[in-house]
Amino acid sequence: MSHTPKAVALISGGLDSLLAAKVIQDQGVHVEGINFYTGFCVEGHTHAIRNKDKQKAKRNNALWVAEQLGIKLHIIEVIEEYKDVVLNPKHGYGQNMNPCLDCKIFMVNKAQAWAWMEENQFDFIITGEVIGQRPKSQRKDTMPVIAKESGADDRLLRPLCAKNLPATLPEREGWVNRDDLYDFHGRNRKPQIALAHKFGFTDFAQPAGGCCFLTDQSYSSKLKDLWSARGERTYELDDIMLLKVGRHVRPQPHYKLIIGREEGENNYLSGYRNEFTSIKTISHKGPLALVDGKVNDADLAEAAAIVARYSQGRDAESVEVEITDRDGVIKRQRFEPMPPPEVEQSWHV
Amino acid sequence: MSEFELDARRLLCPMPVIKTQDRIKGMNSGDQLTVTCTDPGVLEDIPAWCRINGHEVISSRQQDSEIHITIRVRNE
Repeated sequence: MSHTPKAVALISGGLDSLLAAKVIQDQGVHVEGINFYTGFCVEGHTHAIRNKDKQKAKRNNALWVAEQLGIKLHIIEVIEEYKDVVLNPKHGYGQNMNPCLDCKIFMVNKAQAWAWMEENQFDFIITGEVIGQRPKSQRKDTMPVIAKESGADDRLLRPLCAKNLPATLPEREGWVNRDDLYDFHGRNRKPQIALAHKFGFTDFAQPAGGCCFLTDQSYSSKLKDLWSARGERTYELDDIMLLKVGRHVRPQPHYKLIIGREEGENNYLSGYRNEFTSIKTISHKGPLALVDGKVNDADLAEAAAIVARYSQGRDAESVEVEITDRDGVIKRQRFEPMPPPEVEQSWHV
Repeated sequence: MSEFELDARRLLCPMPVIKTQDRIKGMNSGDQLTVTCTDPGVLEDIPAWCRINGHEVISSRQQDSEIHITIRVRNE
């Protein structure tokens, strides 16, 4: 009986990895997906936090892609291991804090080194990369770097741009037909959109900057601010989750406020009330804020005045707030809302 | 058939899905797993993961802020 070739597809949840997997699946290859959760992924839960997005389906795009393809999806949590990629990228960062090239090398390596892949006799790895699509990581000169440094070498196939690259093992072995692969290049998305329509895919995800928060300028600024305030480049999962939520205001170098922008964010932040001092407006509808840093009474008075400024009592003479410390001790006090001009623009992280 | 429980409260998606996936790996076909979560995203994500991987969601209920999803495992 002839061997049915098997491929593991890196599935981000975006359009390109969906198409790459579909192209290979249609050649009779058994495809299964792998998705890595780094903590920085733009996932459905981020939308779930904010009320304004509650009309949208809170789907996980990687799961959605797998379901469209009818393939299994293995989701691997790599939060701890991924820290080294974020903190010490050998190839540096992109426009923001995105270590895209190191990230791709890491993920292909993880797939390649995954014992399950060998145990289940998978033959090669596919990605949705396209030459010229991303200025940092998806260039003609970086494609061989990823293949070599990941250890995948010529078992790494990019179906969407394979015709622009030397033939890989799956092509040479005849597991896939090179003539039925593609020669996409550049930032133009029209070929991918056309291919999606040809396959009958609609409602696919195309997030700007890809599927990672580290490509986002605002998020990257908050991450740099976190490291600067702590005096060290480290993070835990809760740190990077909180950077996705709320308005971040740093009135003093030693503390910042994370202020909910609407009910969904307030609910989410309330889950952290045992780990942070929190401030909530009582006399007027307003946000819940977490105080990140060691603060004294003067700092708390300043923080409360800022939080009051973001409540519906912003024009009132005073607003009653409830300050709860990490031990659950509650103090109620009235504060004059800080006038908008005094909330300096430079405080906004 | 054995019944198991998994506490995935306070975890945001996709972590409850990952915990479910990893827990089910060591179970036998016919076993049941009840996952308790607080992120409403699981109402979409766990059933989607089960459909993809051939497991069956046999009940899904919300009680106050907690969601309980029971899965019948169908491992190959």
